[in-house]
Amino acid sequence: MAEQMLAADGRPLKASLNRALRRQKLRALALIAPLLLFILISFVMPIADMLFRSVENEIVSNTLPRTVVALEEWDADTGEAPSEEVFSALYTDMTLAAEYKTHTRLGSRLNYESTGISSLFRKSGRRVGRFDTDIYTDAFTAGDPAYGDPARWANWMDDGAIRTQLPKTASAYDDWARMIVEVEGDDPLEEEPWDFVFTALYEDANAGGVLPIAVDLSGVEPVSLRAQFSDVDDDWLDVDVWQTIKLYAPEYTSGYFLNSVDLMKTPEGVEARPENEQIYITLFIRTLIMSLSIMGMCVLLGYPIAWLLANLPDRTANLLMILVLLPFWTSLLVRTSAWKVLLQQQGVINDVLVWIGLVSDGNRLELINNQTGTIIAMTHILLPFMILPLYSVMKTIPPSYLRAAKSLGATNWTAFWRVYFPQSVPGIGAGCILVFILAIGYYITPELVGGTKGVFISNRIAYHISSSLNWGLAAALGTILLAVVLILYWVYDRIVGIDNVKLGG
Amino acid sequence: MSALPPYATTGQRIWHYSFRVICGLIFFFLIAPILVIIPLSFNAEDFFTFTPEMLSFDPEGYSTKHYEDFFTNSDWQLALRNSLKIAPVATLLSVSLGTLAAIGLSQSHVPFRRAIMAILISPMIVPLIISATGMYFFYSNPYIPLPFGWTIELPFTLTGTYIGVVLAHAALGIPFVIITVTATLVGFDQSLTRAAANMGAGPVTTFFRVQMPLILPGVVSGGLFAFITSFDEVVVVLFVGSAGQKTLPWQMFTGLREQISPTILAVATILITLSVILLFVVEILRRRSERLRGITPS
Repeated sequence: MAEQMLAADGRPLKASLNRALRRQKLRALALIAPLLLFILISFVMPIADMLFRSVENEIVSNTLPRTVVALEEWDADTGEAPSEEVFSALYTDMTLAAEYKTHTRLGSRLNYESTGISSLFRKSGRRVGRFDTDIYTDAFTAGDPAYGDPARWANWMDDGAIRTQLPKTASAYDDWARMIVEVEGDDPLEEEPWDFVFTALYEDANAGGVLPIAVDLSGVEPVSLRAQFSDVDDDWLDVDVWQTIKLYAPEYTSGYFLNSVDLMKTPEGVEARPENEQIYITLFIRTLIMSLSIMGMCVLLGYPIAWLLANLPDRTANLLMILVLLPFWTSLLVRTSAWKVLLQQQGVINDVLVWIGLVSDGNRLELINNQTGTIIAMTHILLPFMILPLYSVMKTIPPSYLRAAKSLGATNWTAFWRVYFPQSVPGIGAGCILVFILAIGYYITPELVGGTKGVFISNRIAYHISSSLNWGLAAALGTILLAVVLILYWVYDRIVGIDNVKLGG
Repeated sequence: MSALPPYATTGQRIWHYSFRVICGLIFFFLIAPILVIIPLSFNAEDFFTFTPEMLSFDPEGYSTKHYEDFFTNSDWQLALRNSLKIAPVATLLSVSLGTLAAIGLSQSHVPFRRAIMAILISPMIVPLIISATGMYFFYSNPYIPLPFGWTIELPFTLTGTYIGVVLAHAALGIPFVIITVTATLVGFDQSLTRAAANMGAGPVTTFFRVQMPLILPGVVSGGLFAFITSFDEVVVVLFVGSAGQKTLPWQMFTGLREQISPTILAVATILITLSVILLFVVEILRRRSERLRGITPS
């Protein structure tokens, strides 16, 4: 057996080397860790949050927890609005939601799916405090004054036996007590419970629950909450409203994604949206087409420049390179403002065209606030991103190949097309993907020079975040866009390698 | 390409010259929009085109009133101050963290190197609108979620605060620092650190006395990239920031969207001057770095 090699400290050499390697790895990771952590918290987690929001739908079950449970039994096919039981759950939920002011948010959320719900919720939230249920409160407090005593209530609700007898009351009281502290800033030990707690108590008593102090309720005329709600608005008896609530009750929904591809959820399954609401597919296609045209323009304009720079003597090429790098370094907003100024109907370009006589003063060209404007401005902005990778690939193609082809009898064109061009394809690929990735997610330039016809999907995302406040839809649209970009990023990494990205030449 | 051989045919001559004209036009397309801003910013009128007085080089047609407006208007001054407060801090953050990580990444045995690199570069690839959307949602949470449903409660939310904008901008600048510094480190001779260690220098001394001076050009140009990223960034500020963090690009953006005032052209001219300076600094640094590493500048 061969003698084992030993390191200076007497350990086997192999183990010693392994240990050193491990230490080296750990040191490298320790250097990377702070940044990785920073990026995870400040960048990756926000993106994950957005992905989560595109399917998250807790608002319905958070705002109307009892209603959602009660609705499970209800069958829409009967063509009837839900029973009294569901409305009683809705009464408790709605009273609490109106205090927390969450009913309007839920209203606008459900309004995305079925118009009219927003005003229905708003109206009901205002009226729910004035329902006729105060007769229950009066009946109980008249039966025994202890029911008007906050301290007694708190005692009862601490008693496990009473709680099992009166489940609805216990749950309504708990939420009421929390609301009194959180919204009103009062102490539940000093406030008499509200009507909806007594309503729950009455229902529990009717269902056979044993009251802590017996009260004769035979003289109380039950209040139909179904009638109370339909008095506020007939829509509460509309099956469609309840179907929408039931459809969006689960905590996760595919609704936003369906919406972003012009589909919608209906009780019968997934259906296409009405024609006048179909905008996203068109917008995605327009974004794709415009990004492709910008990419094409960049190849067309970038290729000759890269070729010239790669084949000129270094000194001249470096000077001309400044003309490429200066726009690259100039603020995006400066370049966009330049185009905004130049492309106006009273702007420099139209003035020059009129002065030359190409266009008459009466019909100046419309170059801005349409697709033309977006394509011109973005081609200008993204052109350096095409030229730089093309240039660095062309620099590596030896000029002797072209000379060899020509000396073998190829014409200029054949020599270029059969010998030079195929070798420059990796550069075209890299530049195209880079320009396409950048173009597809652009926001500022289309927003400023695109008008209504020349905007991208990103402008719609921004609109949903800042104006329509439909964040879930914004997140879903963003997720789709992100998926497209990540696939392209992966392809780019395959072709070029992300380490090989060059900045500034 | 450099010169036409004496035996070139007429067709070749025509092609040679027309190709140069085409290239000239493309260069014109690249540079003219930027250059045309400069004289327009000295317009004495509130127009966005050349007035007859300007075309006849009448001194009456020119004035510096838009510059005066920029330096006296409180909105613009607030925006300038904010930009100058946010960009350097964000740059410092991304440069210090980025340089450390780049050094770590350039070691010979790094597990998951490719995956880590992809994560660190991602802020550059993900469209700004998506980063902005995510940050807008996430920074408005008063907590940091952890795996398994744990959270770290924060006594504040980051939306609409100076810190929130700085963090967001630092994240956006990091890929540029990573790319430039790792590129510089490719040419760095690792035996130098070993030599320093051999002569008794600790890791900290080695870093500051041997490695840092050699990779400094890369670090500085990465920092410039990070600075310009933050200084020029508008989408994330629009979402994460509030009116109190209004930066120069924000002011330009709202100015361009709502009522376009010629002061924007004056600001643009100032920014162009800034970018020319930055361009030259980066170019000088690049050459210096190549010289230090013993590569002759191309």
